Amino acid sequence: MIPRGATQRPAAGSVKLPVRTPEDIVRTRQFLREQAKAIGFSLVDQTKIVTAASELARNTMIYGGGGEVEIQTLAEGARRGLRLTFIDQGPGIADVELALKDGFTTGGGLGLGLGGAKRLCNEFSIDSRPGSGTRVTIARWK
Amino acid sequence: MERIPILKMGPFLLVTIQVDMHDQLALTLQDDLTAKISKERSRGVLIDISALDVVDSFIGRMIANISAMARVLDAQTVVVGMQPSVAITLVELGLPLEGVHTALNVEKGMALLNRRLEEVRA
Repeated sequence: MIPRGATQRPAAGSVKLPVRTPEDIVRTRQFLREQAKAIGFSLVDQTKIVTAASELARNTMIYGGGGEVEIQTLAEGARRGLRLTFIDQGPGIADVELALKDGFTTGGGLGLGLGGAKRLCNEFSIDSRPGSGTRVTIARWK
Repeated sequence: MERIPILKMGPFLLVTIQVDMHDQLALTLQDDLTAKISKERSRGVLIDISALDVVDSFIGRMIANISAMARVLDAQTVVVGMQPSVAITLVELGLPLEGVHTALNVEKGMALLNRRLEEVRA
């Protein structure tokens, strides 16, 4: 099932969802849970990627001023995985290394989002510069 | 407005979270619970999260906040029914919920609250 507001892309197994409201974060979690289940992720792996996505979606909404997430199903031989790319056109991150530190926040949060999401995934990358938005990509393989 | 119901049972308050909460709903629950602890002069809060398959840092912080606020209001909080996959993920995320009392299920959680209350009264 593809949630409301989603756009199906031509590439098989890739879906874009909006990340603008707290309800969008919930929809992202629920859609991702279904995807992770469908490709056979264990319950722990499902929970890890859904939790990481929830952290990053909240960052996109709060710090990026809203954006979108692209969800891709990965296949490499018999391996299956999920790749998520969170994209916003917000102010960007001045010091990515500092932003990854636990406890660092410019908002009112706990400062666990980025570092926590990184720990919950197998692949993690950030592309961000002040003034040019932020793109965070994570992947988890089963 | 959407709300999570809070049940009063003697000196305790009971909350069962049955939905995937968006952030505002979590904040509303935090406000409602502290208001109700004060109004009912409750001595304990039991939060059942057995239906939650995700606890991220926002919901985790709400749980820690409720526990801290309740303590200041002279009430104990116990969180029950956390799924093992959620526990693993929370610790890896970096939020081990130190200082929050937990129990395996509602029955054990109620026993814990009752025991605490007797200790205080003794």
